[in-house]
Amino acid sequence: MKKFMTLVLSAVLAVSALAGCSSKQKGGTVSTDGSTSMEEVIGVLGEAFQEKYSGMTFTYNPTGSGSGIQAAKEGRCDIGLSSRSLKEEEKADGLTETVLANDGIAVIVNPKNEVGDLDVETIAKIYTGEITNWSELGGNDAEIVVIGREAGSGTRDGFESITGTEDACKYRQELTSTGDVITTVSQNPDAIGYASLAAVSDQVKALSVGGVSPSEETVKDGSYVIQRPFVLVTKDGAKLSDAAQKFFDFVTSDEAAPYISQAGAVPVK
Amino acid sequence: MKKQNAFENFIHGIFLILGLITVGCVLLITLYLVVAGIPAIRKIGLRDFLFNPKWASTASEPSYGILPFILTSVYGTAGAILVGVPIGFLTSVYLAKLAPAKIRTLVSGAVSLLAGIPSVVYGLVGMMVLVPGIRGLFHIPDGASLFAAIIVLAIMILPSIINVSITALEAVPKEYEDASLALGATPVETYFKVSVPAAKSGIAAAVVLGVGRAIGEAMAVMMVSGNAPNLPELFGSVRFLTTAVASEMSYSSGLQRQALFSIALVLFLFIMLINAALNFFLKRSKE
Repeated sequence: MKKFMTLVLSAVLAVSALAGCSSKQKGGTVSTDGSTSMEEVIGVLGEAFQEKYSGMTFTYNPTGSGSGIQAAKEGRCDIGLSSRSLKEEEKADGLTETVLANDGIAVIVNPKNEVGDLDVETIAKIYTGEITNWSELGGNDAEIVVIGREAGSGTRDGFESITGTEDACKYRQELTSTGDVITTVSQNPDAIGYASLAAVSDQVKALSVGGVSPSEETVKDGSYVIQRPFVLVTKDGAKLSDAAQKFFDFVTSDEAAPYISQAGAVPVK
Repeated sequence: MKKQNAFENFIHGIFLILGLITVGCVLLITLYLVVAGIPAIRKIGLRDFLFNPKWASTASEPSYGILPFILTSVYGTAGAILVGVPIGFLTSVYLAKLAPAKIRTLVSGAVSLLAGIPSVVYGLVGMMVLVPGIRGLFHIPDGASLFAAIIVLAIMILPSIINVSITALEAVPKEYEDASLALGATPVETYFKVSVPAAKSGIAAAVVLGVGRAIGEAMAVMMVSGNAPNLPELFGSVRFLTTAVASEMSYSSGLQRQALFSIALVLFLFIMLINAALNFFLKRSKE
């Protein structure tokens, strides 16, 4: 009896060892972690990558830019995703940034709102509470409901630094995701919010800023001023796994550019 | 005989280990919260942390005062109790004493279903229906407010209040009620003057359980309360202790992150207090 059990057990062990081997030879896993704004871009790129290299597995953990950078630093993922440039202290911590694409931040209002164009200065005045009624801007006589993102969000960081409203915004609501902002603005005719251009849908109206409406062209040529980079974060000196290196090369190549545009962001190349 | 004893001991050992796993988890979480929560309080200063009304965690001169969150959590929970307890309490008296069997089955089923709805669904319905509704009804610019959160919380605590109160009311010995009826009291008089006073510890436990549920809820209130760190106003945008942790955790770093752990520690202490109160009432109701 004992002998038989030993035999069975060793057979199981041998098979499982083999299984382990074969899965390693076939492909690998690329794990990414970070910015929720990059969900669409990285999702499309991940699919294209898996199609090109069969057997490779791609994972994306939508945690936010801060967490993604942290994860890359601690080696918990292959590539960190951030929707803002790295801070000096983060670079000093041994991280490298590679700009993957640029993304416009659309300033959105309810489709019922008559206001269609604002300049950066006016937007800043709305967000700091200097202008509080739509009638001052040629809209209805209604109080402006200022919607933003939570402290630490890459979109908020980008928006506030471009409009020069850091620490001065008077938010009525601070929501925790792009989707929540869009839903809330679509529900409230007096709301104004900001969201990644890639995520804006028909539910809301994207304002033109200083006469320039947000689109791939205007972000690329820099005439639409509210924009920010999508960044791949890697660790200095640490070698990427084969799979991660392949992914990195793929997404930074010209080949990936159409996929990036398809997802609504603007490729650097 | 000896073999059987060994087997018994073995099983006892397994049960002991399983029990210790639970205790171990509680101890681990407590220990972690204390260790992770103390450093930020030390750096910020306990008084500044608890009583400063300004929270600006990512400003260039950050300020970490959680007074708005504490007050919001207290007001929000009190509001939910104020709205939810009368409804829940009267429902449970009706179901335990007055309702015909058919209605009782139907309503109890609905209450259990209410308990099973995930909090994110409460939040979603609140965000799509309640918030625009409040906006239109009260003619205010935005409906996401403490008021919306109170309504959602009041509905969420109903099942715990109803179920625990029913159990307490049903445990009242039938002789008490029979004696009251025999003395000429009407049924409703009997229920409110005899059954309810006899079950009052159990009903108090139900209320405390409701408080615990309300103060610990994060997801649903995050979606309807607007989430700006203001001092609480009924129709203003507010942030609770739970949502303060949940909303900033994903992007936080450094002292901000440590301060979030400290908020969690404060919340944990609140819940410990509530649990102690619950135990006190349950013990009394057993005696």
